Amino acid sequence: MLVTCFTVVVLLYVIGFYYLVTTRNLIRILIALEVLTKGVTLTLILAGKMTGQIATTQSMVITLIIIEVVILAVAAGIIIGVVRHTGSLDVRKIFNKKE
Amino acid sequence: MTNILIYIPLSLLVLFALFTVMIRNLLKAVISLAAASASLTIIMFMLNAPLAAVFELSVCAGLITVIFISVISLTKPLTPEEEILEVRKRINRYIYLPVIVIIVALLFLFIKPGLNFSINSSPTNDINVQDVIWNKRPLDILGQIIIILAGVLGVVILFKESKK
Repeated sequence: MLVTCFTVVVLLYVIGFYYLVTTRNLIRILIALEVLTKGVTLTLILAGKMTGQIATTQSMVITLIIIEVVILAVAAGIIIGVVRHTGSLDVRKIFNKKE
Repeated sequence: MTNILIYIPLSLLVLFALFTVMIRNLLKAVISLAAASASLTIIMFMLNAPLAAVFELSVCAGLITVIFISVISLTKPLTPEEEILEVRKRINRYIYLPVIVIIVALLFLFIKPGLNFSINSSPTNDINVQDVIWNKRPLDILGQIIIILAGVLGVVILFKESKK
């Protein structure tokens, strides 16, 4: 069972990194980070299960979720600001825009 | 029994993650991400982590989905011409992803490159979560409070109207 769980973790990392590298949309970059965070959360829980310290890992997961939400909220605000100024979500268009 | 049942949410998690990445519509992608969070919640419940599971369900499947939907509604959607171009690019970009996922899964499940996982100690030797959060790791609470305050301050500054 643990090998299957770690396989799922690796698959989540692969999907997240592939999406992060290939996408150019700012919102989709945030979604890729979310997918990666799901992998990290599952890794922590599995580590807790393996070592018998599930309570400690639960508290770490709660901290991780709080950090994740705060980062997402601030990043969402930045994205809205960027779209209002440049009118695009595409990273290439934003960086190639001349003033 | 739990060992067999856990394969259902595990496979659902990978499927929803793939669906999130490959689908063109952003709203459907976000809803799929929420479904992936719900699958992860079931896995956490099965692995005896109920408090983290409740947090995952309420925050990741609820609050984060709401934030994403707000951002999507506040930003400009693509024009029809851009959408046609985007569809062509997406097919070229993501056609390899399911193949890569299947290869990696087969590699890990059947070849198992150096993996030898085992549960070393009993899960019952740990103290309860409340005790860990409030007594063993109080600095985490302080860090969480500081991070939340920093986040609130950041959002306030980002949405502050400039005085002209």
